[in-house]
Amino acid sequence: MSVAESTGQVGVRRLDYDVIVGLVEPGSRVLDLGCGDGLLLSRLIAEKGARGAGVEISQAGVQAAIARGLSVVQGDLDQGLADYQDKSFDWVILNQTLQSLLKPVLVLDEMLRVGRRAIVGFPNCGYWQARLQLLLTGRMPSDRNLSYRWYDTPATRLLTIKDFRAFCAEHGIAILREVYLGGQMGERRHLLPNLRAETGIFVLAGDGRPSGRRLE
Amino acid sequence: MDERSVGIVQTQYVRLFEPPNELRLDSGEKLGPITVAYETYGELNADRSNAIMLCHALSGDAHAAGRHSPDDAKPGWWDDMVGPGKGFDTSRYFVICANVIGGCMGTTGPSSINPRTGRPYGLAFPVVTVADMVRVHRELLRHLGIESLLSVSGGSMGGMQVLQWAVDYPDVVRSAIPIATAAQQSAQGIAFDVVGRRAIMSDPKWRGGNYYAFNDPPVDGLALARMVGHITYLSELSMRRKFGRRLQDRERYGYDFATEFQVESYLYYQGDKFTERFDANTYLYITKAIDYFDLTNGKASLVEAFRGVRAKFLVIAFSSDWLYLPSQSREIVSALKANDVDVSYCEIESDYGHDAFLLEVEEQESLIRNFLAAVARESGVT
Repeated sequence: MSVAESTGQVGVRRLDYDVIVGLVEPGSRVLDLGCGDGLLLSRLIAEKGARGAGVEISQAGVQAAIARGLSVVQGDLDQGLADYQDKSFDWVILNQTLQSLLKPVLVLDEMLRVGRRAIVGFPNCGYWQARLQLLLTGRMPSDRNLSYRWYDTPATRLLTIKDFRAFCAEHGIAILREVYLGGQMGERRHLLPNLRAETGIFVLAGDGRPSGRRLE
Repeated sequence: MDERSVGIVQTQYVRLFEPPNELRLDSGEKLGPITVAYETYGELNADRSNAIMLCHALSGDAHAAGRHSPDDAKPGWWDDMVGPGKGFDTSRYFVICANVIGGCMGTTGPSSINPRTGRPYGLAFPVVTVADMVRVHRELLRHLGIESLLSVSGGSMGGMQVLQWAVDYPDVVRSAIPIATAAQQSAQGIAFDVVGRRAIMSDPKWRGGNYYAFNDPPVDGLALARMVGHITYLSELSMRRKFGRRLQDRERYGYDFATEFQVESYLYYQGDKFTERFDANTYLYITKAIDYFDLTNGKASLVEAFRGVRAKFLVIAFSSDWLYLPSQSREIVSALKANDVDVSYCEIESDYGHDAFLLEVEEQESLIRNFLAAVARESGVT
C-alpha cells in the first residue's frame, strides 16, 4: 500500500489532484514527496509539461510509478532531502503524506529549502464529521473509506486546518494560498473551513529560507 | 521449446586490438591481440538504436540466454530475464553479452596462449580493471557497428561495469541499470576476496600460476575460494531456511570431520562444481579487478565521479544483500541526484541476499521492462 492510497480516496476522482494540477504552471520542475503510484506526477507531466521526480517509501508504489515511466526514488522522507540542492524545484508537493511522517517539521523545512514553493495537502481533523464522531461515540474518528483504526493507521500526525495555520505563523512560513475541499461534492468552501473542509491544501512560499536555517 | 526462450544460440569470437593497436590498460601495460567471446539475442533495428549490453558478474560468461544445443542441460546465466516478452525483451531489443578480459570463458585471460611464448600467460597476464573490461567491450561495439546503447545492465561486478560504462562513455549510454552493486568495493568485500586469493595461492598445485602444463590444477584452493565467496552471496535467513542445522546423510552427530551438515555438503558441492568450469588464475585476476574498483578513484567524491553522466538510471538493490548493501546503492542514487541525473531507485524486499539479483525475477522483470519501455519511448526507438 502506498502512502497516497492510504488517504481513502482510491477510485474517487481525485479533486485534490485537480487543484494541484491547477496550481502548477506549465513547464515547472516538480518534486512529489510520497508520490505513491505516481498518478499525480504523471498528470503534472502530461497536462502541465512539468519535469518531475518522485520519492516514495513503498516498493509497490515505486514499481507502479516506474511503470508509468516516471523517475522515482524509493526513500524515507523522515531522513530528509539532503540529496537535493537548494531551490532546485519550482514546486515541492507533499499531498496526503504529512499525516504519515514522523518528522513533519524536518520535512517541511526541507521542502521550503529545496523548492521555490511548496504545496501541502492533508486531511482536516477539524472536519465536522470527525468532531461529531469523537463527541458522540467517544471513539477516535476512523477513516471513512478505508477501515483504518487507531492501531493500524499510517496517519501518525493528526492536525486541523487551524493547527497548520498556527504552525506556519509560529515558524514564519508565508501561506500564499489556501484551498479547501469538503464533503463528497468536493466544492470549495470558504466559510468556516476548519469545520467544513475535509481536506486542506496550502501553498507555501519557499523564498528566503536558505539551507542551514531551521524551523526550530 | 519454451516460446519465451531465445532458443539455440552460439558463442561468437572476435579478435580485437591486433598489434600495433594493442589495448593500453589502466596498469600502463599494453595487451593485444584480445579475443572476445560474445553472444547476441534479438535483431538490431535499422537505425541501430535498440542495442542493450549485459554485463556479467564474477563467474559469469558471454552465455546469458538460451541453450547451446537442444540437449543442453542449463540455459544462460540470465535466461530468466532475457528472451521474447521477458525483462530484456528480445522481440524489441538487440541484446549483447560478452565475456570480460581476464576471464576464462572465451575472452583472453591468464589461461589463454601468450603469442610471445606460445604458452598460457599464467601470471604474465597483466592485471586488469573493471574499466579495462569496459574498454574491451566498447571496442566490441565498434566492431558490431553500434554507436549507442539503449541500455547497459548487470548485477554485482556487472553493475560495476554498468557504472563505468556510464561514466566513461556518456555519449554512448542512454540508460543504465546497475543492480546489487556499489561504486567501490568495500573493505569487507576486499577481505573476502583476499581470503579466496590466498586459498588459491596456498594450494601447492597452483605452482606460481604456471599449472596449465601439469593437467592438475589447484582445485582445492579454487573450491575453497568459491566456498567463501558463496557464503557472501547468501543471507543468514536464506541459509537457515534452506538448510537449518539439518544433517545430510546421518541421523545424529558423528563426532568426526566427515561432511555431515547440509550446509556443509552444499558448500562443498558448490566449490567442487565451480572448479570444473573455472580457472583459478582468472579467479585471482577478476577478484583483483573488483577490489581495485572505485569510481571515485582520482576524484574528490562520487558526485564528482558522476559529473558528465547523461544516462537515465534505474538502480536496484535487495534488502538482505550484505555483500553490496542497499545503502551503497543509495550512495550511487544520491550522487546521481546531485548531478541532476534522471534516476529511479528500487529496493526489492528479498531474503535471498546477494543472490537475489539472479533469483528475484518477477520484481526485476517488471521494473526493467517498464524502465526500458520508457527509455525507448523517450529515445524514439520503435
